[in-house]
Parts: sequence; structure tokens; C-alpha cells
Amino acid sequence: MNIFQILSELEKVDPEVYERFDSRRRVFKHISGLGKNLATAAVPLAFTAIFNKAYGQTSGAPSATDVLAFALKLEYLESYFYNAGLGAPGATATAAQTTFRNLFSATNLSSLDKIRNDEANHVKALVAALPANTVPVPATNIFDFTGGKGSNTGPFVGVFTAPAVFLAVAQSLEDTGVRAYKGGAPYLMSTTTAGRTILETALNIHSVEARHASRLRTMRRAGASNNTASAVAPTAGNNESDRSASPKSWVSFKDGGGASPTQTAGIYGAGTSPTYTPASITFPAEDNVTQGGVNLQTTLASFNFPASAFSEAFDEPLPVPTVLSIASTFTVTGNTFFG
Amino acid sequence: MSKNPQATKEEAEFAKPLLVPIKRRSFFMYAGATAGATALLLSGCDDDDNNGSSDPAMVNVGSGDVGVLNYAYALEQLEAAFYTKLRDGAYYKGLPATSAEKQILDDLYYHEVIHREFFKAAITAAPATPIKDLTPDFSTINFDNKASVLGTAKAFEDLGVAAYNGAGKYITTPLYLVIAGKIVSVEARHAALIRDLVTEGSFVDSDVVSIATASIEISKEPSAVAMTANTYLATGSKLDVSGIK
Repeated sequence: MNIFQILSELEKVDPEVYERFDSRRRVFKHISGLGKNLATAAVPLAFTAIFNKAYGQTSGAPSATDVLAFALKLEYLESYFYNAGLGAPGATATAAQTTFRNLFSATNLSSLDKIRNDEANHVKALVAALPANTVPVPATNIFDFTGGKGSNTGPFVGVFTAPAVFLAVAQSLEDTGVRAYKGGAPYLMSTTTAGRTILETALNIHSVEARHASRLRTMRRAGASNNTASAVAPTAGNNESDRSASPKSWVSFKDGGGASPTQTAGIYGAGTSPTYTPASITFPAEDNVTQGGVNLQTTLASFNFPASAFSEAFDEPLPVPTVLSIASTFTVTGNTFFG
Repeated sequence: MSKNPQATKEEAEFAKPLLVPIKRRSFFMYAGATAGATALLLSGCDDDDNNGSSDPAMVNVGSGDVGVLNYAYALEQLEAAFYTKLRDGAYYKGLPATSAEKQILDDLYYHEVIHREFFKAAITAAPATPIKDLTPDFSTINFDNKASVLGTAKAFEDLGVAAYNGAGKYITTPLYLVIAGKIVSVEARHAALIRDLVTEGSFVDSDVVSIATASIEISKEPSAVAMTANTYLATGSKLDVSGIK
């Protein structure tokens, strides 16, 4: 049985055969490793297993490539959002973008430019990590950041002219990103050095998204024109009904539904576990206070901490399908970028 | 009898104080059989404190998933001790009740104590043995001085993020990775705000994020993190993390 011959034949009828595997490099790695470790007779069986992974994936757990491709789509969404409002990194801002930029304080504008640059870098990093054309570069017109599905008059109308609306959408995107990377991480677990590097890179993006989310929340709390946003406390310490307008820099309970509750409540809600999810992992809403089977609010009651602290101390993951559904808010009708 | 007696028993167990070895098997329940088996295997490794070439004066966090959990527990102990201690300092005491700094430092105190207690419970439930209560050495910190307090908070929060990110790859149980992920993003949110308090808009500067290239967090290996953490730990409480790999 010549595995390489089979692959070659397959490639003639299915040019994407290699892309169906984790990556060209990894499939050969798998095969050579298997060859070393297993009796020759066992190789065809193991090979079949790899094959099933490539062609029968709809009901199975996502591969590393799937997770990174999913992450890249979210990064495109974020990057295009900031570029549209502020101008792309290195590009001269349009008149409209310049007018918009001038509505932010100097420290806030500088922060937004940093976030914009980070997201553009994340896109580049993920593109480089994936086999070519895993995710086709999206056209800018597949997104409608007003949430109008192409009408450009959706609930976030004014997203690129009104700083408060811009920050509201930005916070929503970053908080979604934080939950998405957390949900994807288990599928990047690996015992190989290369695999571990991929996981570490994803974790290293995840925490940067969390830094962004924190900064955006700080800016929303203080207002776009405030130059020392971190000095502003939430309007009422532990009042959840205030969260949507005056968030903490971390997620408290369900954050009162987020920046624009009618549209954003789902970002802080529970996710539905796909069937492939490991049994131990659940996707509760952000107000969850039970971790690893222990209700911390009950167990640590003697500390007399505010109830909000137990939900704030842990962010929660979201599964891929829930994130795709949230992200689809910003694509035009009929577009399948997020499925 | 509409209530399931099993559930009632479990509720009663949840209500017990944390330090009692409550619900040793609860982690098994939630982590599933595979994780349980892993934990059992790993529990064989957690009694290797102070053997082999390890320095007996150091606290060996152990190896495998329990090693990573104990490593995280050690860092959370350090952070919690810092936010507890600063509450006695003149800087914190002088903050107006409604100030952002007071609210932020209160929240960080709550969060880090919760993280510490969570790890103690989680390691016990694994089932394994948590490391001892560490004795910090905060002699280099001036708790009466804003710059000293916030500068140290910044260092601890950034260190925590880099530590979790660098240790995630050594975790073999999916649930533990997700839990680490649930905590690290909160640490990153802390870090960003504390950095902004120190210097407005410095939430992703080049000392912590590779902003010139891929814009990813600069994660740190356990050995590098321990070197920094040990400067804040007293003799006899310094960490040996050589088992994590």
C-alpha cells in the first residue's frame, strides 16, 4: 500500500486533498510518525482514521486548521471594522475618517490605533500560519457594521460617525473574540512541539483581545473625549442595570446585556455545546459562578465578597457555532463568510 | 419526596467550608472519565516535592497537570497576598470611597482571592495535594506610595498573563486548559487597566505584546516566571517549577 501514491491520485480528482488535512506538513508528519511507531499492517487502518478526519469532519471536533481559520475570520471582521472607521494602518485617512478621529481624545485615539494595528497584525499572523487560501480574503462590502445586513441603516447606524456607537461595537467584537478563542483552545491541544507552538500563539492572541476589550470598556465608561479614562469609576459600583452604559473593564454578571442589550445580549449569554464538545466543557453565560463543579459564591460565602466578584473573576468560553451566529450580525444578507 | 436525595447530599457538600476535602470526586464528575484517569496518574507525581535534585528549601510545584495547577495556585497566592496587604497601606486607605482606583483595587483583591481559593479547591478535588501557603516577601514595595503599589500591581498582572499563556501548552486535560483560559483573560483585563492607571493608553505596549510584528502577548516559560516571582517570596517559599514540561 503506497500511501503517497494514493494521495497523489486523490489530488488529481480533489486538488484540495491536502487542505482537508490539518496542513500539508502535518499530514506527512502524522504518516511518518505512524510508520515508525506502528506495525506495517496497522498503518492502513491508522491512515483511514486520518482520512475520516479529513472527509468526515462535519460531526467531529474541529481540527487545528479549522480553529485557526475560524479565528482568522473573526480577525478579518475586527480588522476591517477598525480600518473602516479609523483608516487602515499606514493609509491616509479619508476626510470622513479624519472628522471621526477628531472626536476622540488623544489617548483614546492612540489606543484605538494600537488596537487597529494589532488586529491587522493578527490577520497577517494567522494568514501566515495557515495553508494558502484557507480563508479567501473577504471583500470589504460583505460587512455591514451597522448590523443592517446590507442596508447600512441597522441598529448601529452612525457606527463610523458617532464615537459612542463605534466603541459599543468595538467592545462587542472584542468581548466576542475573547470568548471565541477560549472556546477554540481545547482543539489546539497537542503533544508535539509544533502543535504546542500553535496553541501558545492562540493563547497569546487571546490575552491581547482581552486587553483590547478592557481598554474599550474603560473608554466607554469615561466617554470618547475623556483623556484619562482609567480614572473614571463605573457610575454605580455593583449595579448590573448600569453595566450596558457604564461597564467595568471586566465582565460583571451578564453585563446588563452588553453595550446595546437588544443586539448584544447574546455575547454575554450561554452557548450551545456542539456534540463534539468534550463532556467536561460547558458554555455557561458570563454570570456563571460555578467553576470545576464548585459553586464559588456558596463555597466562599465566608469572605463576604460582593456577588458580582464571583462572576467577574472568570470569563467564559463560547462554542464556534454561537460565535459564528453572533459574527453574522455584521455580514450582508446572503453572505456565507461566517456560514 | 420530590427531591433527589443524591442532589440534596451534594448541595450539602457544596455548603461545607472550602478547606474540608469536599467533593473529592466532583472534578471527576465534570471532567469525565479520561480526565479522572489522568488525574489519578498525575497524583502519583505530586508527592515528589523535595526529592531528587530539587532544593529542599524550595517549594516544588510538581509535574503534569497538577504541577501546572499548583504553579497557578502559587502565582494566585502571591497576587492575592499583594492585594490583601495593600489594603493596610496609606495609599489605599487614602483613596476616596468613590474613586476609580479604590473600586479597581477592591475588585482585583476579590478576584485574586477567589482565584487562589479556587485553585486550592480544584487541586484538592483532582485529587492531589496543593502546595503549602506561601510566605511573601514584599519588603521592596512601599504600600504607602501610589507609584510603588500600582507599579507592582502592573508587574504582577503582566506576569500572570505571561505565565498562564506560557503554561497552557503543558496542560493535558481540556477542562483545565479552559479554566486557565477563563482566568487568564481576566488577568489580561486587569493588566490593561492597571497599565492605563500607570500610563494612560499603555495597555498593549511593546514590553508585553509584540506590537511591531504579530501583536501577540509575550508569554513566559515557568522557569522565567518563577525567577521573577521568587523575588517576592520569602526563603522557604521560593518556587521550583522544573517539573513542568
